[in-house]
Amino acid sequence: MRGAAGRGIVPLLIPALIFLVLLFLYPFAYGLFLSFTSAKGQFTFGNYLRFFSDARDFRTILVTLQISVPVTLFNVALAVPFAYYMRRGIKGERIITFFLIVPITLGTVLISEGMLTFMGPAGWFNQLLMALHIVKDPFQFTHNYLGVVISLALQGFPYAFLMLLGYVSGINPDLEKASQMLGANKWQTFWKILFPLMVPGIAIAFSLNFVMAFSVFPSAVLLGQPSGPTRVIAIAAYQWAFEKFNFNAASAISMVMAAIELIVISVVLVWRNRMYKGATMVGKG
Amino acid sequence: MSVKFKPSRILFVASIVFYVFIVLGILLTVVLNSLSKGWFSGVLPPYLTTEWYAYAANDHDIPSLLGVTFTVVIADVLISLLIAFPAAYVLARHEFKGKALLLSAFLLPMIVPPMTYGLPLAMLAYKVHIAARVIGVVIVNLVPIVPFMVLVLLPFIEQVGTNLESAAKMLGANRWTIFRRVLVPLTVPGILTASILSLVKAISMFDLTYLVAGGNSQTIVVALYADAYAAGARPPQAVDALAVLYFLIAMTCLIIALKFVSPTQMVFKLK
Repeated sequence: MRGAAGRGIVPLLIPALIFLVLLFLYPFAYGLFLSFTSAKGQFTFGNYLRFFSDARDFRTILVTLQISVPVTLFNVALAVPFAYYMRRGIKGERIITFFLIVPITLGTVLISEGMLTFMGPAGWFNQLLMALHIVKDPFQFTHNYLGVVISLALQGFPYAFLMLLGYVSGINPDLEKASQMLGANKWQTFWKILFPLMVPGIAIAFSLNFVMAFSVFPSAVLLGQPSGPTRVIAIAAYQWAFEKFNFNAASAISMVMAAIELIVISVVLVWRNRMYKGATMVGKG
Repeated sequence: MSVKFKPSRILFVASIVFYVFIVLGILLTVVLNSLSKGWFSGVLPPYLTTEWYAYAANDHDIPSLLGVTFTVVIADVLISLLIAFPAAYVLARHEFKGKALLLSAFLLPMIVPPMTYGLPLAMLAYKVHIAARVIGVVIVNLVPIVPFMVLVLLPFIEQVGTNLESAAKMLGANRWTIFRRVLVPLTVPGILTASILSLVKAISMFDLTYLVAGGNSQTIVVALYADAYAAGARPPQAVDALAVLYFLIAMTCLIIALKFVSPTQMVFKLK
């Protein structure tokens, strides 16, 4: 594909390369460097040792995983059947996708702010639940673990769903027809044909959703109990940087965050490769 | 689809209705609360008032908030376009060693959450004295937007065949003329899509802005977070008044955006 443009256009990459190095790679390397240095600038493992031996800080890993893993599984597990259901398009698709994109566009801060009133003790949601006699007294949805999880689901689900919708509607409908003509029922067609083809989409949706949920910050503060039960790892990193002004300790925490995310994404990719190999075998079989 | 009341259909519709109820409920309570007085119970507030807007206007430098927000968003979109378009052009037209590596390097800032690289980036911003200034906010927010633009632009440029460029070249046009008179006009839909998608994305960007903004470089989202965080410092209705202002801006952008792009384009896509 050399075409009309030859080697001469390569310099056009320079601005983007400068951008990448200056604003992403260098800061990352700087963070890595800071995390291995003491306040006086000497090499040390102290920042990591401190993080892993400080029970209050170390606990944030568990707290964050307890929030992010269930909510990501929930979002993706729900998004798969929904995307499957809408794969050929349905009536009112535009309006449905509009309402799905709204929470993404508005961002966490507004959603969290709104949830405080809507799902608060006197909010409409509790009023409805009480009117339907589902609960007797207002249910506590905010300022706890549940509040953070709900806010992450409200934003994460549409994200996963719209991503998967793009995937599933790209699958050739003939495959489905062929499978049905060969006598497979809907359930078999889904598990043997569509699902394996959706695996790469599911893997990416899961990874991105997890990364979003794992670095949760504003909603953990506004909707949770940031001093304890929902003190997530991002809060710990922020506090070390901007409340205690210990940038070395904060960098170590953000590197731990990055490492955990990398591990989870690698696990997901390994899963994807296993499943996807299966898919090609089904295709050849 | 011939049977109208299949359980799967009922389940689907019920879930969608439930979801829409929650989203609408959240938005409506924000709007209604910002206009209410003495709303402690009941379905609707007993009195309506606009005094919380006056309160919020008094509490915040609204023109500055709006100015910073729009400056940041527009500057980020334009600068990203200048960086991303040439890069996407090369990636679309030229095969070279390390292209796959470069592409994944561009993906990284979108996959890694802002909090991880944002902290060291913010520290650097403080070091070079651009933090707490509008320019600092503009610069840090480039990080997720430039790669996003490259990815959105790439297929649009690939779609434009190389024939027209070759023809223009044969007719004696130089590279700059080809770029200006052939490539850019043909990729206007792509440029428009990429700009709109980035604009919508940029308005709600919180994490990076929060880490470097301060004083007069706050965007609306950051001010809103700060207000909501310091609950008790002001009446919740006044916080909601600011939220409504932000909501109106973001919604307007979204509605304009949806005239040009489909919602599925707004989420990250990978081949």
